[in-house]
Amino acid sequence: MKISGEIKGGALFLSLSGELDHHGAKEVMASAAEIIDEHVPRNCVMDFKDVGFMDSSGIALILNVNKRLGNIGGRLRVENVARQPMKVIKASGIERIVSIKEQ
Amino acid sequence: MKTKDYIKVSFPSLSSNEGFARSCVACFAARLDPTLDELSDIKTAVSEAVTNCIVHAYPGEIGTIHMRCRIIDDKTIEVSLRDTGVGIEDVDKAREPLFTTGDPCERAGMGFSIMESFMGKVKVRSKPGKGTTVVMRKTLDGRK
Repeated sequence: MKISGEIKGGALFLSLSGELDHHGAKEVMASAAEIIDEHVPRNCVMDFKDVGFMDSSGIALILNVNKRLGNIGGRLRVENVARQPMKVIKASGIERIVSIKEQ
Repeated sequence: MKTKDYIKVSFPSLSSNEGFARSCVACFAARLDPTLDELSDIKTAVSEAVTNCIVHAYPGEIGTIHMRCRIIDDKTIEVSLRDTGVGIEDVDKAREPLFTTGDPCERAGMGFSIMESFMGKVKVRSKPGKGTTVVMRKTLDGRK
């Protein structure tokens, strides 16, 4: 699992790629926090375009990033979510807390 | 109930084996000619069950996870995950959505809820100090 950060149009884009399971989430959790702390963004987008698989570890990652942004007055959007991760997101109910957009 | 077909695989509780376990079950399930959605559901549930073994059954140590898959009556896949780890004191509590004894930064407490909603039938047997067995079944409509 890989993560990279880039500023586009005033927002911080966190692009994830790979399989977001417990193993993958462990690999990117610390980097996500570091990138957010470095940029202190008002708006942040997690781009799920290249996330082919996700389990509930992805929910923990999204909630974690959302909390970190909340602490600095930032907002999170999750975009380009494919069918399988979307089903996990819907089962968890977090789309009531975080703005989620399907692919 | 005729068991036509089964596999047994044992592997160490390393997080790098989560992907292996779900791919392995997906390969086995392929002979039932599942739809892509059915296959995704099975992989998701297996990922949750295996992660539970890694995080909760064997905290701070590497134990063995025993996985068994079988096909029942040509249309139902059963996946069973057995560990000999710490076990669960209160299974009903563990199955509640959002309940976790894990690190809340890492775990959302959604594992059992997702297994239930993605597989249909989930049975949990556990004895503190002895280990836990999770048995999940999904009946596939297939692409007949």
